[in-house]
Amino acid sequence: MVTQEKRPEAEVEPVEQIVEALWRVRLRLAWSGFKRNWKLFAENKIGLMGLGIIIFFVLLALAYPVMRTWGPWQDGTIYDPVIGYDAPVEDFEIVETEAEVLDPDTQMDAFTAQLWCFGAVAGDTCSIPLQPAPPGNGHILGTDPLGRDIASQLTFSTRAAFMLGLIAALVTVVVATTVGSIAAFYGGWIDSFFMRLADLVLLMPLIPILIVMSGLWEVTLPRLGVLIGILSGFGGTAIVLKSQALSVKVKPFIDAARVSGGSNMHLIFKHIVPNVLPLSFLYMMFTVTEAVSLEAVLSFFGLLNVNMSWGLMLQTAQTQGYLRTGLEFWWLLIPAGVAVTLLAAGFFFVGRAMDEVVNPRLRSR
Amino acid sequence: MLRFIGRRLVQMFFLFLLFLTLLFFLLDAQPGDITSQFLDPTIPAEIRAQLAERLGLDGSVWSRWWNYMTNFLTGNLGLSFQQYPRTVTDVIAERIPRTLFLFTFATLLSYVLGFALGKRLAWRRGGFSEHAVTISGVLLYTVFYPWFAIIMILIFSSGLGWFPINGFLTPELWRNAPFTGNEVFGQMILSLVIAGLILVAGSYFSRRQQERRPAQIIRLVGYGSAILFMTIFWALKPEMRPFASNILHHSILPVVTLALVAFAGVMLLTRGSMLETLKEDYILTAQAKGVPERDIRDKHAARNALLPVTTSFVLGLAFIIGGGIITETVFSWPGMGALLLTSIVSEDIPVAIGALAFTGVLALVAHLLVDILYAVLDPRIRIQTGN
Repeated sequence: MVTQEKRPEAEVEPVEQIVEALWRVRLRLAWSGFKRNWKLFAENKIGLMGLGIIIFFVLLALAYPVMRTWGPWQDGTIYDPVIGYDAPVEDFEIVETEAEVLDPDTQMDAFTAQLWCFGAVAGDTCSIPLQPAPPGNGHILGTDPLGRDIASQLTFSTRAAFMLGLIAALVTVVVATTVGSIAAFYGGWIDSFFMRLADLVLLMPLIPILIVMSGLWEVTLPRLGVLIGILSGFGGTAIVLKSQALSVKVKPFIDAARVSGGSNMHLIFKHIVPNVLPLSFLYMMFTVTEAVSLEAVLSFFGLLNVNMSWGLMLQTAQTQGYLRTGLEFWWLLIPAGVAVTLLAAGFFFVGRAMDEVVNPRLRSR
Repeated sequence: MLRFIGRRLVQMFFLFLLFLTLLFFLLDAQPGDITSQFLDPTIPAEIRAQLAERLGLDGSVWSRWWNYMTNFLTGNLGLSFQQYPRTVTDVIAERIPRTLFLFTFATLLSYVLGFALGKRLAWRRGGFSEHAVTISGVLLYTVFYPWFAIIMILIFSSGLGWFPINGFLTPELWRNAPFTGNEVFGQMILSLVIAGLILVAGSYFSRRQQERRPAQIIRLVGYGSAILFMTIFWALKPEMRPFASNILHHSILPVVTLALVAFAGVMLLTRGSMLETLKEDYILTAQAKGVPERDIRDKHAARNALLPVTTSFVLGLAFIIGGGIITETVFSWPGMGALLLTSIVSEDIPVAIGALAFTGVLALVAHLLVDILYAVLDPRIRIQTGN
C-alpha cells in the first residue's frame, strides 16, 4: 500500500536519487510491516498485558542503578544487595523471671536475654537487632534473614534475569536458525543427523542435566545462559525452524537466486534465514521464559554460582527456616516468587500473541 | 504393529546406549575421581595409584567407558558412595515405584483435566471466562515451581491442616509395622493399575456404542466394577489398610501440585490445536448439517485436536520429569528425583549416573507408549505400519 502511494513521486525523481534512497525504501517497508504486525499484535489483549509486564520489569531493572546513584539508596553499604547490612534495633527491658514479663514486645526475662546480651541482669536494657525486619524504616520491602534490603535485591536481580534471558534467547536463535536452515537446505544425512540430535536433546530432561552440570562445575549466569541456549537451540526449536525453512526452500525466489549464481551460503544466509527469523523471534520469547524459570529453580537448590537472584533470595529464606512458617514473613516469600512467575509469564504472553501474528491459522478472523 | 514396536525397541536400545555414553562423558569430565575425592588426603601416592589401577581408573577414557558400559549392561552399576555398602541397583530399586506412582498419577490427571478444559476453552473463544482461564493457565505454566509447591504446603498443610507437611509416611505409625513401606506401596500400585485397566476397558467399549443410552450404561458398569474391585481388594487385607491410607494421604498434595502445573501446559496446547481444527472444512460441514454443538466439539473437533496433543506429550515429558524432581525435593518424597539431587550435591557419582539413566529410560518408555497410542488413535499411521 505504501509503495503504491509513493510511486507517482518516485517517477518524477531523477534516477540517482532513487538509487541513493534504497535504505530509505527498506526502512519504510520495514516500518509499514512493523505497523501492520503491531496492529495484529495489539488486537490481543493478553499479549499487550505481557508487554506491560515486561516494561514494568525493565523499569524495575532500571530502578536499581537509578536509586543507587541518585535516589535514596546511595547511602553506603546499607542498600547493597549482597553485602549490605541494616537491622533496626529493638530495646528490651530485662526483668528477673518469665512471670514478670508483662509486655513481651518490650520486656524479656534474664534467662532468655543471655542469648543476645551475655551477662545481663535484671534492670539492664538489652538491644536486639531485628533481622528479617518487616517493611518500613527505610526498607520498602523489609530485610532478609541476613539483614539485607529486599527491595534492592529484587531490583538488582531483575537486571541479571534479563541478561540471562537475553543470552539464552540469542544463543538459541543463532543455533536453531542456523541448524534448521542448514538441515532444511541440504537435506540428506546432514538433515537426519541434526534431527536425530534434536530428538536426543528433547529426550534428555533439561532440569536433571542442568542439575548435574551445576552440581559438578562452577556455573555462573552467562554460562547458564549459553548452556540453556545450546540445549534448547539444538532441541525442539531447531525442529520447528527446520520445518519453516523447508517451506521457504521451495519458494520460487530461491530458485531465482540460485539461477542468478548465488552460492549455497548466500542462499542460506541471505534468503532462507531472513524468512525464518520472524518465527525464531517467537521462540526467543519462549526461551526467555524457560531460562528465567530454570535459573530460579537451580539457584533455589543452591546450585548456581551467583551473587544474587530471585531464586537465591528464596533459597536464603528457605535455608534460614523462614519459608514454612506461614505468611508471617511474607516479604521473604512473596516478592521473589511473584517476580519469577510474572516475568516468565510476561514473555510467555508476548510469545503467544506473536504466535497469532506469525501463524495466521490461530487468528480469530 | 508388532514389527513397529520391535523396530522401535531396537532404536530405543541404541538411543539409550548413546544417552548413557553422553552421561558417562559428562560425568567423567567433572574434576576429580574417587581416589582424590573421598579418601584420606594423607594416603601415599603409590597406594592411590594402586587403587586407581585396581578400580580401572588409570586407563584411557575409552577403556573406562568400555568398562562402564559392559558393567552397566550386565546390571552392575557400582556401589553408592553415600550409603556405602549398598549397590546402586538396590538404592534405585527401592525408589523407582514411588517415582513411577507420582509420575503416572500426575501425568494422567493433568492430561485428562487439561484436555477437557482446553477443548471447552477453544470452543468459547473470546469471552471473559476464556481470558481468565487462559491467564491463570499461563501463570500456572510459568509459575516458579518450588515456590508454588511451598505455597501449596502453606495453604493446605500448615494452614488448613488437611495433609501432612511432607514425607512419604508417618514414622510413628510405622515403627512396629509388619510390612515395609514398599510392600504396601506395591500392593497399592497393583490395585490402582488393575482398577485403571477396568476403567479403560469400560470407556473403550462405551465409545464403540452408537447410541447414547447403552454407552452410558457400559461406562457406569465400568466405574462400578472398578470401585467394587478396589473394595474387595482392600477388604481382603484389613491389616494393611491403615498403612496404605497413610501413604495415600501423604501422596495427595504432591500429586495434585505436580498435576496442576503440568495440566496448564496441556490445556494451552489443546486450545491451540483445537483452534486450528475448528478452522477445518469438516467442522463447517457438520455445522451446516445441523449436528448438535456438543457433538461437533467432542466428536468432530476434539478427537482430531487430540493428535498434536499426543505428540506434544514427548515435549511435555521433560517438563513433568523435571517437575517431579522439584516436587520430590520440596515435599521430601523419597523418590528418584530427590535421590538425583542429593547424589549430585554429595557427589555420589555412581548413584547420579544411575538416577539419570533411569530418567532416560522413563523418557524412552513413555515415548514408545505415546508412539503406540498415536498409532492407535490415528488410522493413517496404523495403515502405514500394518502394510
